[in-house]
Amino acid sequence: MWAQSSRRDLALAALLLIALVALPYIFPHPAMRDFIIYVIAYGLLAMSLNLLVGFTGLVSFGHAAYFASGAYIFGLLMQSGEVSIPVAMLATVGGTALLALVIGAICVRLHEIYFAFLTLAFQMFIHSVILTWVSLTGGDQGLMGGIPRPPFLGIDLGNSMTLYMFCVVLFVICLVIMRQIVQSPFGYTLRMIRDNPRRANFLGVNVVAMKLAIFVIAGAIASVGGIVMALFVSGAYPEFAFWTTSGEAIFMIMLGGTQLFLGPLVGAILLQTLNHFVTIYTEHHGLVLGIVILIFVLGLRRGLADYVYELIQSRKAAAAEPKPRAEPAQATFTDETRLADKGANT
Amino acid sequence: MELEALTGCLSSLSCTVTQISTGLIIGMLLFLVASGLSLIFGVLGVINFAHGSFYMIGAYFAFIAYQTTQSFTLAILAGALGVGLFGVVFERLFMSKVYGRDVLMQLLVCYAFILILDDVVKILFGGEYKLMGMPQAFALPPFQIGGGFIPAYYVFMIGISFAIGVLLWFGIAQTRFGKVVRAAAINPQMVGALGINTTMLYAMVFGLGSLLAGTAGALAAPIRTLTPGMGLSILIESFIVTVIGGMGSIVGAFIAALLIGMTRAFGSMAFPLFVDGTMFAIMAIVLIVKPSGLFGRPVH
Repeated sequence: MWAQSSRRDLALAALLLIALVALPYIFPHPAMRDFIIYVIAYGLLAMSLNLLVGFTGLVSFGHAAYFASGAYIFGLLMQSGEVSIPVAMLATVGGTALLALVIGAICVRLHEIYFAFLTLAFQMFIHSVILTWVSLTGGDQGLMGGIPRPPFLGIDLGNSMTLYMFCVVLFVICLVIMRQIVQSPFGYTLRMIRDNPRRANFLGVNVVAMKLAIFVIAGAIASVGGIVMALFVSGAYPEFAFWTTSGEAIFMIMLGGTQLFLGPLVGAILLQTLNHFVTIYTEHHGLVLGIVILIFVLGLRRGLADYVYELIQSRKAAAAEPKPRAEPAQATFTDETRLADKGANT
Repeated sequence: MELEALTGCLSSLSCTVTQISTGLIIGMLLFLVASGLSLIFGVLGVINFAHGSFYMIGAYFAFIAYQTTQSFTLAILAGALGVGLFGVVFERLFMSKVYGRDVLMQLLVCYAFILILDDVVKILFGGEYKLMGMPQAFALPPFQIGGGFIPAYYVFMIGISFAIGVLLWFGIAQTRFGKVVRAAAINPQMVGALGINTTMLYAMVFGLGSLLAGTAGALAAPIRTLTPGMGLSILIESFIVTVIGGMGSIVGAFIAALLIGMTRAFGSMAFPLFVDGTMFAIMAIVLIVKPSGLFGRPVH
């Protein structure tokens, strides 16, 4: 059954890949390609973060640190002129995984709100390192001078169409990896940790090790987003490591919903579109974004996609069987268990 | 690393005195902000991520009040009470809607407010630095202790922050209100069952925590430059202080704030570029050795 579902996932991934490859031939405008590469970079950031937030219940507020680490390590390696693109990418993902391992080892032992703040603190530490180590990172100017893209295996990323195809393929590979993680027994263990860490611990799960493992994996995938971004803008900027980038990633998850695998990607598309229009009409981007966030959090009380998803689910349930009491009862049950958990923890 | 700069300073009394006064200034400001953060967390179980922005608006409230009235006392009152009131409104209208829900929702509400407040300040005052200037009353010659010069305002600020700290500690440890606050931190349901209006209590505690942040902002206004982004760095630093001292502990916040203040003052001589790094290192060591902080209750 597992093999069957992964075969279906692979087929869907192939379809997505074909669609993304075909897109620039259907809409030949270069702005379309740029938009998609942008969404890919931030989509990878948001989706890898959702491995933590949505699937494990770890609200990290410093995930952009790994995005930035991806962009900077890759950019610096390429600027050194001594390595090829695939080697630099592997080194970047490995290096970022190591960074996430060190930070994660300190953070994952802590409870939710401490965890959120500590990850934020480490991110700001990395941001300040980037700002102060001017001789290496260029400080607040960012990694200047462009990132060389020497051809490898007959692939020339200097060509913008080839770059687009390369990013699309990277993206689909990362999606398949994340999907496999989520569907594996490891992925189900993570959900169990999210829903009831005490029970998971009681059942013999090494909760800390599992959290650390997913923290490292999520960091590594975020670094791929950073690589895509560095390739695209041909540089790296300290804003990548600034806390607002993490905040936006969190909001993408919220906007797109945590219940669907592709939810954060929807959120990334929505937020990038929103940003695009907001910046056309006003320079007070933060004010507008803040008000939109408040409307979502206090009005819908969940992500847009989650809202639509639940609406469809309840419609379906209502159509299938007139059993209106079933769902609210379920909801109260989970709420009560959560409250009981909270009480036990404090 | 310039360790000889540090040893050179430590061997001279005047330099040591100057650095200690700098460390005390940083430490006291941090203590005011961190104790508010810690108080709110202790009772409501909520980290107010927008706490740094409250510090920022405290500074701007004081700035406006000082520009219009030229009275420093009114400026401090405007910062403290204005932000305290703002905190109560914020708690009632927004924060109370996300109690007991996902941390994600609390985080997002605060994130929204950081963005909104930063932009509102930018709209009203522009993005550039603002200086409030030193009030006339403090245009005194600096105090001279052991050859080191300490400006009169520093002495005033250290003194008043210390007084607020003692008052706060007394209020929490000795008064009836303090008892209710401490009880609510441990078992809110029981406090509610005893007939105490917890809604009111939460609003008051949130207001008090915000008032402390606003006071710190107002006190910092004469000696710091005012910018829309000034809240974030103090938020991170005060969080480090609460983590080291232990969440919910006022005494812990005080000792940790002094530790960080001195680390910044003396560390900036020995390794100017790595002062932030030192703070994080201290925090990491404390977390590894004692995850609940030096004076905190165990987390579990």
